[in-house]
Amino acid sequence: MLDRVQQLGASTLGFIQRFGHSGIFLFYSLWGIPNLKTGTALLIKQLYSVGVLSLVIIVVSGTFIGMVLGLQGYTILSDFGTENALGQLVALSLVRELAPVVTALLFAGRAGSALTAEIGLMKATEQLASMEMIGVDPLRRIIAPRLIAGFISMPILTAIFCATGVWGGYLVGVEWLGLYEGAFWANMQSSVSFEHDVLNGILKGFIFGIAITWIAVFQGYESEPTSEGISVATTKTVVYSSLTVLALDFILTAMMFGEF
Amino acid sequence: MTMKWIETLVGGLMIAGALALSMLAFKVSGIQLSSGDNYYHVTADFENVGSLQARSKVSLSGLVIGEVEKIEYVREDYTARVTLKIKSSYDNLPIDSTAAILTQGMLGDQYIGLSVGAEEESLVDGSVIEGTQSALVLEELIGAFLLSMTKE
Repeated sequence: MLDRVQQLGASTLGFIQRFGHSGIFLFYSLWGIPNLKTGTALLIKQLYSVGVLSLVIIVVSGTFIGMVLGLQGYTILSDFGTENALGQLVALSLVRELAPVVTALLFAGRAGSALTAEIGLMKATEQLASMEMIGVDPLRRIIAPRLIAGFISMPILTAIFCATGVWGGYLVGVEWLGLYEGAFWANMQSSVSFEHDVLNGILKGFIFGIAITWIAVFQGYESEPTSEGISVATTKTVVYSSLTVLALDFILTAMMFGEF
Repeated sequence: MTMKWIETLVGGLMIAGALALSMLAFKVSGIQLSSGDNYYHVTADFENVGSLQARSKVSLSGLVIGEVEKIEYVREDYTARVTLKIKSSYDNLPIDSTAAILTQGMLGDQYIGLSVGAEEESLVDGSVIEGTQSALVLEELIGAFLLSMTKE
């Protein structure tokens, strides 16, 4: 019995220690004045591999999710004769919940796992150690640009997901099922508020971006320097960041849209 | 892949993000750029505000002319004081105009409907609307109806 309690205590302490370690890691990566000349070039390279390469999957899934919402929403709303509220349904569910969460999950799978694997391999092949040897800080040179690229990309990808999703809903509702176009947009505009809904949705995307890139980069940096270690770290990145995103989403929704 | 290409594509991502955000702003949320609108405030006391809340619409002949700014409790006479902000372009409302809490459709949101009075003097900032009609509560309505049925 006492052994079990001791085990629980040990794992709790281990978790807290690891959490603090990752906080210090984040702090040392981002602390200090960046070198604008070399930093910008490194950042642009990372923005390309984290942001631009994720664009295709975001656009395609955004369009299809918007189309499905349009189709399902139409079937249900037409039972009550309120199919004109379709624009409102599609836009609000996308802007508030679906866009940030689905973008974050896709981002964790597409970009987060790639970050972990890349950094893990650098560690396994001792590139990071040799960098330190010649006096280059790997936290500043390797980790920081990747973190910042993730922070910048996620809100942009969220906005793009939203826009393509609304367009998908418009395609199905107006172009295919023949809703009146004016009512579709007018209902949407009267119920979606820019400050309350759109900006909060994008803020959600930004916070998810911080969580995912932080987890991904930390897991890569702390991975066992073996091929098995890299695979474990990549799996952990996807699992941890998906769970974190879903749990954070509940808390953020309660804070932003909850009425209490 | 040369650096030039990468930079161009990243620039494209930024432009796509800006375009998406402006579509969300103008097409989806219908944001109004003319935020230079001036408002004046008037108050009205209601016995029952129903489900009226801040940012509910204020309408005159079906047009939206302002919104509810805040609702607070008046301790002395147990009523709710609603502060309305009305666009200053609608500055010729007679001082004896009345305010009623109405419902949009069967299940819609509640809003304030103004009915124009007959006085020469107009509402100005800080005026009080005297004539008010409270929100309709369905249970009270049914109760009154049943009562009148049993009397017959």
